[in-house]
Amino acid sequence: MNYHWNWGIFLEQVKGGDETYLNWLFTGLGWTLAVALSAWLIALAIGIVIGTLRTAPSKGLAWFATTWVELFRNIPLLVQMFLWFFVVPELLPREWSLWVKQDLPAKEFITATLCLGLFTSARVAEQVRAGIQSLSRGQTMAGLAVGFTLAQTYRYVILPMAFRIIIPPLTSEFMNIFKNSSVAFAIGVMELTFQARQMQEDSEQGIETYLAVTVLYFICAFIANRGMAFLEQRTRVPGFIASAK
Amino acid sequence: MSFFTELDVSVIAPSLPFLWTGLKFTVTLTLIAMSGGIILGTLLALARLSPFSPLAMAASWYVNLMRSIPLLMVILWFFLIIPLITGYPMGAETSAIITFTAFEAAYYSEIMRAGIQSVPRGQVFAGQAIGMTYAQTMGHIVLPQAFRNMLPVLLTQTIILFQDTSLVYAIGAKDLLKAAEIAGKNYNRPVEMYIFAALIYFVICFSLSRLVKHLQSRIAIIR
Repeated sequence: MNYHWNWGIFLEQVKGGDETYLNWLFTGLGWTLAVALSAWLIALAIGIVIGTLRTAPSKGLAWFATTWVELFRNIPLLVQMFLWFFVVPELLPREWSLWVKQDLPAKEFITATLCLGLFTSARVAEQVRAGIQSLSRGQTMAGLAVGFTLAQTYRYVILPMAFRIIIPPLTSEFMNIFKNSSVAFAIGVMELTFQARQMQEDSEQGIETYLAVTVLYFICAFIANRGMAFLEQRTRVPGFIASAK
Repeated sequence: MSFFTELDVSVIAPSLPFLWTGLKFTVTLTLIAMSGGIILGTLLALARLSPFSPLAMAASWYVNLMRSIPLLMVILWFFLIIPLITGYPMGAETSAIITFTAFEAAYYSEIMRAGIQSVPRGQVFAGQAIGMTYAQTMGHIVLPQAFRNMLPVLLTQTIILFQDTSLVYAIGAKDLLKAAEIAGKNYNRPVEMYIFAALIYFVICFSLSRLVKHLQSRIAIIR
């Protein structure tokens, strides 16, 4: 293997600029965190609603929720990115369309976050639904029997249990969202993968570049994993979920 | 809405042969990575369950490493590393095939491991008791059942794999998405082409996921 190693490359200045390559990587890390965390908030908010609706007695609502999940689950994330970036602005009324294309600030970031958030919402919804369905029907019946409405039963009985049960699968979804945020490079968000490609082309030190970026992704996933483990421990219902790993 | 009247679907027909070559690559890549990934994945699963601990550790390292890096980074890594090691330049298509086989093996191995563990240990002892070797016990008793029990999960993973192949975009391999992009540029109609590509992906993935649902109801895990 004929490779010229240069571990000092990170402190060198980029070609035609006064930043170092390390600056590029940290900018990338910042965008990766921004996209992943904002998308996670969208995914949780929508996923919880859609997942709950999938178990609703109303046929129409359940159908809507199922369609939502199937739509976002069966199209590749990268294709969805292109749809939101190139196609959706064309769908809007003319003035809005012009505004999105010309004046929307941080257009790439907003598009990528929205896209990743909706994509992940379908997967969160599936976990929420599985969590709700894993509870015995007796719990709903007990709620109704003590005089709660169906909405109150969900609010005070079903959902608090379901959320705790699905923390482990949500942990892997949370880790996935950092990995999936890499797809945002394709529409020009300057996140880690974007910076990795840019630095590799600019510095020609591919191995060092990719190693550094891989380690940064690794750290993100690790922190996400520990954070969720902490949450899982704090919210455990004593004697109910024996999942302590 | 004026948008739908402005859509020009007439550009789709002439670009179909071109999109077809792209789809053919996407499907080929999926099928090769699936078969290679399941074979390699099964070997990895056997290695992880082996009593020889260095082998088990190496396999578990490989699987965990692959599963914690974004697929895009793995694609970029292989595209960079393979020519450095072999000394020959390598096309994006070949690189994609190697990458996806190696990457998917990690995911398939987790499924096969769960499948192997779903077979009661008593059956392994029974195999040994009637004088079968390790390979015979695995090949005739454990793996066929593991494979059968995990068939729906293996298929679900293959649907994910099929969608993920679109990421070869990053190294410029000509799959369905790339073909749609090029066709969109040629006819100056990117909107129609992206929608059409999304539709193809959706129809294929949705039909496959229906098939998985059907299989799940047919295959009950026999214990």
